[in-house]
Amino acid sequence: MDKFTTLTGIAAPMPLVNIDTDMIIPKQFLKTIQRSGLGVNLFDELRYDREGNELPDFVLNQPAYRQAEIIVAGDNFGCGSSREHAPWALLDFGIRCVISTSFADIFFNNCFKNGILPIVLPQDAVDVLMEDAQKGANARMTVDLENQTVTTSDGVAFQFDVDPFRKHCLLNGLDDIGLTMEKAPRIESYETQMAQARPWV
Amino acid sequence: MITEPQSAAARTLYDKIWDAHVVDRQDDGTCLLYIDRHLVHEVTSPQAFEGLRMTGRSVRAPERTIAVPDHNVPTTWDREQGIDNEESRIQVDALDRNAREFGVVYYPVNDIRQGIVHIVGPEQGWTLPGMTVVCGDSHTATHGAFGALAHGIGTSEVEHVLATQTLIQKKSKNMKVEVTGRLAPGVTAKDVVLAIIGQTGTAGGTGHVIEYCGEAIRALSMEGRMTICNMAIEGGARAGLIAPDQTTFDYVKGRPHAPKGAQWEAAVAWWKTLFSDEDAHWDKIVTLRGEDIAPTVTWGTSPEDALPITATVPDPSDFTGGKVEAARRSLDYMGLTPGTRLTDIAIDAVFIGSCTNGRIEDLRAAAEVLRGRRLAPGVRGMVVPGSGLVRAQAEEEGLDQVFKEAGFEWRLAGCSMCLGMNPDQLAPGERCAATSNRNFEGRQGYKGRTHLMSPAMAAAAGVAGHLVDIREFAAQPA
Repeated sequence: MDKFTTLTGIAAPMPLVNIDTDMIIPKQFLKTIQRSGLGVNLFDELRYDREGNELPDFVLNQPAYRQAEIIVAGDNFGCGSSREHAPWALLDFGIRCVISTSFADIFFNNCFKNGILPIVLPQDAVDVLMEDAQKGANARMTVDLENQTVTTSDGVAFQFDVDPFRKHCLLNGLDDIGLTMEKAPRIESYETQMAQARPWV
Repeated sequence: MITEPQSAAARTLYDKIWDAHVVDRQDDGTCLLYIDRHLVHEVTSPQAFEGLRMTGRSVRAPERTIAVPDHNVPTTWDREQGIDNEESRIQVDALDRNAREFGVVYYPVNDIRQGIVHIVGPEQGWTLPGMTVVCGDSHTATHGAFGALAHGIGTSEVEHVLATQTLIQKKSKNMKVEVTGRLAPGVTAKDVVLAIIGQTGTAGGTGHVIEYCGEAIRALSMEGRMTICNMAIEGGARAGLIAPDQTTFDYVKGRPHAPKGAQWEAAVAWWKTLFSDEDAHWDKIVTLRGEDIAPTVTWGTSPEDALPITATVPDPSDFTGGKVEAARRSLDYMGLTPGTRLTDIAIDAVFIGSCTNGRIEDLRAAAEVLRGRRLAPGVRGMVVPGSGLVRAQAEEEGLDQVFKEAGFEWRLAGCSMCLGMNPDQLAPGERCAATSNRNFEGRQGYKGRTHLMSPAMAAAAGVAGHLVDIREFAAQPA
C-alpha cells in the first residue's frame, strides 16, 4: 500500500448525496480478477453514454477536473455494497482523498486499506471546501495527514479527526496482515480455549 | 487470552458477542476479533486468494471457510453447459480453483446445495447464534437474524480473514430498533424493514450495530427475521441483530452443521444468555408501532425512498438540503411525476428472489397470491429461488407449477436480477416490482427502474400490471 502523507491537488465537487457504490463502479466491472485497471470505468454510468462517449457535463470529464486527486462529496458517500472495487477504481483514476460529511462504514474502511484518506468534516466546512472545489484547476487544495488539516486554495484550514491506528498505518503504508501475523500466538491461544468453551463452533 | 467484559455492567447482545470474540485489544481500543465463519463468493475473493498466493500464505481455518458461486452464475436451466460470458466464467472458475487449492468447504454450481451465500449459510447450519460471520458482501447482515454478529467486508479484509481468521475492528455503537405490537394483515417483514429505513434514512445506522426487537419482530419466522437483518446495511448499519429464541433454535436444530447431542444442549445453554440486558446502554433508539406499518414500496433510487402504498409520489420540494436535488434526480431517473398515486405506477417486470426474499416462505407468499391468476399482458416475471434446496422444496410443494401457470419463468438459484451481474437484467426504461434490496440507479440493469416491495406485493403488481395495495388485492376473488 502507498503511504499517504500530504497531498496538494485538484478537488472535484460532487455535491449529490448518497453517491452509492453502484454509481462509483457499476456491477459489470466487478468481473475482473485483478485490483488494477478500473479507473477508466470509475463513475461509468454518470461519465459515459451507452456508446462509451464521454458526457461533457460530468465533473471528471471537464478539462479542469480530469487530473483531480480529491473529491468533495455530498452526505453518505459510498453507501451500498462492500465492493472494494469502489476504492480500487478511485485509486486507479488518481483519487487519494474523499471529503464528505459522512461515509458508509464499509466503504470508509475499504479506503484505508488502499491508501485513500476519507475525511469527515461538518457541513459548514464541507460547504466551504465544495465552493473552493468549484473554482476548478487553479484552486488546489492541500491535505496534511500528519497535522490533520485540509486547506483551501485561499488558505482557509480545517482540522479533521482520524483514528490514530489508521493514521499510523496510512502514514507508513503498513500492511494489516503482516501486523496481525505477529500476533499468531494470541490467535492460537484463543482457538485452544474456544475448542474447550464452545466446541460446536 | 479471552477478554472477559470489563465490568459486570449491563451489556447489549452486540457487546456480549463482541466480548466473546476479542483476541487482542490495543490501547486505542482497536481489537483483533476472531471470526467463526467466513463465507466466500466469486466476485470479491479472487484478488484475496491471489494475495495469499503471492505472499506464500495459506488459509488459516479452511474448515470455517465456506465458498459458493452466486453473483455471476446463470439461472437458466442449461447452465450445466457452462457460462457464456467469458469474464463471469473466469471468475467462477477462479473460485473453483481457489476453493480446491486452499481446501475450503465448497458448494460448486451444480451442487443442489448451491445458492446465494446468505441463504446457503443458514440452510446448512453454518450460521449459529453467538458467532461472528463475515463475507465480502454487504448483505452478510442477513445472518444477524440468528443473533450472530455478521457483516460485510472488503476484499483486503477477506484476505486478512483467510490468512489470520481474525479481523481488525473498532467497536460500533449500539442502536435499538423496536417494533411494538402486531403487524396488520398483509404486512410482512419486508414492509417493516422498508418502513424502518424510510424513517431512519440510509445513513441512520451508520457507525452502529442495530438490534431489532419488540413484539412484532419476535413474532416473525426466521425467514422474516433474515429479511429484516439483510437490509440493516440499507439503513447504514453494517450489522443487524435479533436475539436468538426458541424460533431460532427450532430452525437450527437438525441442520447438517448444527451441533448435535450433548453439544447441542451446551450450545443452547449458551445461546440462551445472548440477549441485551434490561438496563444496557443504547446510543440510539428508534421505535415503530407495528400497527402503523402499511405495505410499503420505494418510489426513488435509494432504499430510504420508501412510502406506504397508499401514498403519492413526493415532490422534491418536500425535502430539504442535498435531498432536494437527489429527489429531483431520482424522479427523473424513475420517470415519475410528483403527485402520482403509487398504485397508478404501471410495471413491466416482476422479480422474485434475492438474499432478501428468496427463501421458501417468500415463494409461498408470492405463490399464494398467484394461484389461479396470471401476469397482466406485457408483464414478464421471473422467480429465482435462493438456493437449490429452496427450489427443490418449492417444487415438492408444487409452487413451481403455480408460478409457471401464472406466466413466470422458474429459474435455478443465484443472485440474478437483484444486481444483474449475469444476463438477468432489466432493459433501459423497464420498470420492475422487485423483492430485492437495492433500487440504486442501474442496479438491475442500465437505466432499469426498481420498486422494492414484499413478495406478495410484487406478485400482485404483476397480475394487476401496476403497483397495488395487497390488502385490497387479496380481498378480490382470483
